[in-house]
Amino acid sequence: MQNSAPLADVRRDKAASHRIPVGRKNAGRTLVLLVSAACVLVLLVQILHTAGAITVGFADWRPILYAYLLWAIVFGSGQVVMRGERGLRALFLLPAVLFTVAVVIFPTMFGIYIASLDWNLSSFEGPHFNGLNNLIGLFDDSYYWNALRNMIFYTLAVLGEYAVAFGLALLLNAEIRARKFFRVVFLLPLMLSPVAVSWMIGKSLMEYRFGPAATLARDLGWDNPAFFAFPWIARFSIEAMDAWVSIPFIMIMLLAGLQAMPKEVLEAAKVDGASAWQSFWHVMFPLMLPVSVTVLIIRIIFKLKLADIVINVTAGGPGGATDTVSSFIYRVYRDRSNVGYGTGLAIFYLLMIILFLTLLLRLSSRWTQKVA
Amino acid sequence: MAIFTAASQPVRKSHASVRATRILSRVLIYGALLFWAFVCLFPIYWTVTTSFKSALDVTQGHLVPWLDFQPDWKGWRSLGLSPDSILGTSTARAEFMSRFGNSIITSVGASVLALVLGSLAAYGLSRFRYKFAWMRNDDILFFFMSQLILPPVVLALPFLVLYKALALLDTRLGLILLYTLTVLPIVIWIMRDQFNAIPIELDEAAFVDGLSVWGAFIRIILPLAVPGMVAAFILSLVLCWNEYFFAALLTSTDAKTLPVMVASQTGSQGINWWSMAALSTAAIAPLVIVGIFLERYIVSGLTTGAGK
Repeated sequence: MQNSAPLADVRRDKAASHRIPVGRKNAGRTLVLLVSAACVLVLLVQILHTAGAITVGFADWRPILYAYLLWAIVFGSGQVVMRGERGLRALFLLPAVLFTVAVVIFPTMFGIYIASLDWNLSSFEGPHFNGLNNLIGLFDDSYYWNALRNMIFYTLAVLGEYAVAFGLALLLNAEIRARKFFRVVFLLPLMLSPVAVSWMIGKSLMEYRFGPAATLARDLGWDNPAFFAFPWIARFSIEAMDAWVSIPFIMIMLLAGLQAMPKEVLEAAKVDGASAWQSFWHVMFPLMLPVSVTVLIIRIIFKLKLADIVINVTAGGPGGATDTVSSFIYRVYRDRSNVGYGTGLAIFYLLMIILFLTLLLRLSSRWTQKVA
Repeated sequence: MAIFTAASQPVRKSHASVRATRILSRVLIYGALLFWAFVCLFPIYWTVTTSFKSALDVTQGHLVPWLDFQPDWKGWRSLGLSPDSILGTSTARAEFMSRFGNSIITSVGASVLALVLGSLAAYGLSRFRYKFAWMRNDDILFFFMSQLILPPVVLALPFLVLYKALALLDTRLGLILLYTLTVLPIVIWIMRDQFNAIPIELDEAAFVDGLSVWGAFIRIILPLAVPGMVAAFILSLVLCWNEYFFAALLTSTDAKTLPVMVASQTGSQGINWWSMAALSTAAIAPLVIVGIFLERYIVSGLTTGAGK
C-alpha cells in the first residue's frame, strides 16, 4: 500500500497535478511517528507491568487493543495527510488489512510460540519452554495419525459428494416443473447448523432403539442397525451427515455452471448423433471441469475443518474411528487442557494443509490445461 | 422396455420407443427429485414433529400428527414457549432468549463489520492498483483469501490466551471479531466480483461531476452494489449463526450462542427428546425461513465466479 498508483483508466489529471506541500508531509509524518511511539510506550509499560518490573500499568491488556485502534486511525489519517489523493485510495484497503493482521498474523505467530511450550492448564507449574518436544511427541501419537488417516477418507469422500451433487444439478437443470420449489428444498440442509444436524440426524434419526432410520434399516433386513458402533459404519454415518449438509453447496455451484453453458454445443453433439451418455461424458463434463475443480477445492478446504458433527455425535469414537484432526485437538484442549501440545498439533496440521493445497492447486491447474 | 417394443413392432419402432423412453425418463427424473426432496425434508419434519410428541410417541416411532399421535406442546412447554406457559416466568425461556439474543447480536454484528471492511477492500482492489512491498493487487487478494484455509483449531488456542489477557473471553465483542475474520474472505470475494461488474465509466463520470473518490464510492457505486451486499450479508449471517467451534471454546456463561446451548443439552440429563427437538427447531427456524424467502440471494452469493 505504500505506493498506490491509480489504475491507468481512472487516472485523474487533478491527482497528478496535486502536489503535497513539504510542510504538510512532515506534519503528517510527525503525527504518525508520535502516536506510534506513544503506543509502543504503552505496550512497553504493560509488558513491564505484567513482568512485575514496575507497578504502573493496567489491570488487563484491553488498553493495548484501544491503543492499536487509535494507532490504526492515526495511521490512516496520516496516509491522507501525507499522500493526499493516493492516501484516500489506500484508505479503502487499510481497514481490512489492519484488521486481518491484528486477528490472524499476530495470533498465528503467538500460536507458533505456544506450540513450543510445555503448557498444561491443569498442572500447577506454568508454561515453560521445551523447544521441539511437542513436534517430536506428535510423531509417536498414534491417535493423531489415526485422525490424519481419517481425514484422508473424509477428503476422498468429497468425490462421492461431488457425484451426487452433479446428479442433482443435472436433475434441476432438466426441463421440470416446480424447479423453484425443488431448488429451495435442496438448498435447505445447507442452512442448518451442524450442531443441530448432529442432534436431528445423528442422535435422533439414527438412534439405535427407535430412530426412524434404524427402524427402516431393520425393515430392510439389517438386524443390528448400530450406526456408530463399528468403525467403518460410524465413519460412513458421519460422512453421510456432513454430505447432507454440504451437497447443496456443490450442487448450486455446478448448477450455475450448467446454466452458463452454451446450449449450441450440446445441440451440436445431438445433431452429430451422440447418445446422452456420450454428450455428457465428452462434451458436458469437460466443459464443466473448471467449475468442478473450483468447487472441489473450496469443498476440500471446508472439509479439512470438519469438527462440529464429530464432536457432537461420536466425540471421535468408537476408538477414534471417526476422529478428525480438529475434533481430536478439541479434545486435547477440552479434556486434557494440554494447551502447548494441542497448539503444536494444530500448527503441524496447518503446515500439512498448506502443503497439500499447494500441490492440489498445481496439479489441478496442470490437469485442466491438459484437458482443455 | 424400449428394446422389446422395437423388436415386436419394427414399423412403429421409432415412434413408440421414443415415447416410451421419454415417459421413462420423466418418471425417473421426478422420482429422483422427489426422493431427494424427501431426504432433505424428512429430518426437518421429524425434528419439528418430535417437539410435539410425548415419550411414548417417540419410542413407538409415530410419524404423522393427529393420525398417529395427538400433538401436544410438551417440548415447547419445557422451553417456556408454549401458549400456556409463555406468559409465566420460566428460567428455561430466559436462558433460551439470552442465547438467542447472543446469536443474533454476534452474527449480525460480525456480518455488518465484515461487510463494511470487505466492501471497502473489495472496491479498492477492483478499482485501484496497490503496491505493498512485493505484493500487488492479486497478491493482496490472495492474502485475504488464504485466511479461508486456516482451520479454527489453529486460532482457537492463541485466541483463548489472548482474549483472557484482553478481557474479551466470554464476551460478544470477542466472538464478533473472530466471526468477522472467518467471513471476511468470502465477503471480499463476492463484493469484488460485484464491483468488477459495475462499469468503471460510472466512476469517471462521478469524478467529472466533481465528486471525490469516496464521494463517488458512497453516492454512486455503493447503491448499485446492493444486491451483492445482500448476498454477502446473508451468507455471512448463515455462517456466523451456525458457528460452533469458537463459541464452544471461548464462551462459558454470558456470551454462549445457540449452537453451544444445543450441544450442551445433548450431553447432560440423558436425552430429553421433546425439549431437544423444540430447541433444535428454534435454532434452525430462523435460517430455514431465510433459506425459503431469500434463496435467490444465497444462490447468487454462492455462485459468485462459478459461471465463468
